[in-house]
Amino acid sequence: MTEIIRVFKAGIYKDNPVFRQILGICSSLAVTNLLTNSLVMGVGLMFVTAFSSFTVSLLRSYTPKHIRMMVQTLIISAYVIMLDLFLKAYMPDMSKALGPYVGLIITNCIIMGRAEAFAQKNKPFISFFDGLIMGLGYTLVLLFIAFFRELLGFGTLFGVTVLGSGWVNWTLMIMPPGAFFMLGIVIWATYKLFPHEDDAGKAGAKA
Amino acid sequence: MIDINPWIIFFASIFTNNMILANFLGMCSFIAVSNEIKTSLSLGQAVTFVLAATSVLNYFIYHYLLVPIGLEYLRFIVFIIVIAAFVQLVEMIIERYFETLYYSLGIFLPLITVNCAILGVSLFMIIRDYSLIQSFAFGVGSGLGWTLAIVAMAGIRKKIRTAKIPKGLEGPGITLIVTGIMALAFLGFSGIVQIQ
Repeated sequence: MTEIIRVFKAGIYKDNPVFRQILGICSSLAVTNLLTNSLVMGVGLMFVTAFSSFTVSLLRSYTPKHIRMMVQTLIISAYVIMLDLFLKAYMPDMSKALGPYVGLIITNCIIMGRAEAFAQKNKPFISFFDGLIMGLGYTLVLLFIAFFRELLGFGTLFGVTVLGSGWVNWTLMIMPPGAFFMLGIVIWATYKLFPHEDDAGKAGAKA
Repeated sequence: MIDINPWIIFFASIFTNNMILANFLGMCSFIAVSNEIKTSLSLGQAVTFVLAATSVLNYFIYHYLLVPIGLEYLRFIVFIIVIAAFVQLVEMIIERYFETLYYSLGIFLPLITVNCAILGVSLFMIIRDYSLIQSFAFGVGSGLGWTLAIVAMAGIRKKIRTAKIPKGLEGPGITLIVTGIMALAFLGFSGIVQIQ
């Protein structure tokens, strides 16, 4: 139980993949101009991370050390293909909107990072949970960024108009620069909100 | 097949559809490695070379192997294996025959496999249905555009190293903000050429 709580805290804020580890930001920037896109991307990533961590962990004692990277990549690719086929079949519009970024989940460092750092050393069930929570931490940041970008850029939330006709769309927010500024600001804000543990330790030592 | 002059694709992928500044691809190594101009340039060269070669390789494999036997959905797996194998091959050749180059480039080669820009170019070229020449132009242009962005960023980071930055923004934070300003500047090119 304590293990589960520890993993949960790490994934959501202590070691959040996006603003703490700066991993997987390619896709977090590209899809965040709309909340719906971000939600689908986030859920997709949760699925892939959880199941590939689970599989890597199941196979961990049978995989020779020197080819484990290749094995991990293949496992991840297999799940990404499943996700891609699912999106194509049931959400064709979404699949078009996300374009190559679904395939690029393979090179999303979060999944590889979790497989290497956690699943390789832990039991399947907890690895699955770790992958799920890391994916959740990623999704939350994505939704947070997308909330501001969509609200300011289109005046809508999940496609529903909120800001009314008096609002002039701030087009910059949905263009690439807006994404870079938003993520920079998020990193800055979270630095204040969730202080680094080692920093806190240092401050304590000084005092 | 869409009819766009390969030169237009080439220039568009450097300036208006820059891999980093418009498509957010290759951000991981962009943030991690853009500390020194020299190393950034070496990494950029390696990326350009791998991009040029893998875009052509993947073009042939997709259109002459996967499409005829109806296995298009396997392209993710096949592309990533081709890229990994090619990078490995290049690394071995360089180590064997160009020792000086190996020492300046060697450590970056394994990093390239997980650079999303490489896989991204291959996927974009399939989605946009480019021809062989167009794919090659797109690959080379994207590589050069990526190099341009990372070298410029390394130059800027060298200048801001001594500047006073709010503590929370140090490192990745300020890099992202500066990238945003760079992307803003590159938006100015958008009138010249446009591909989508």
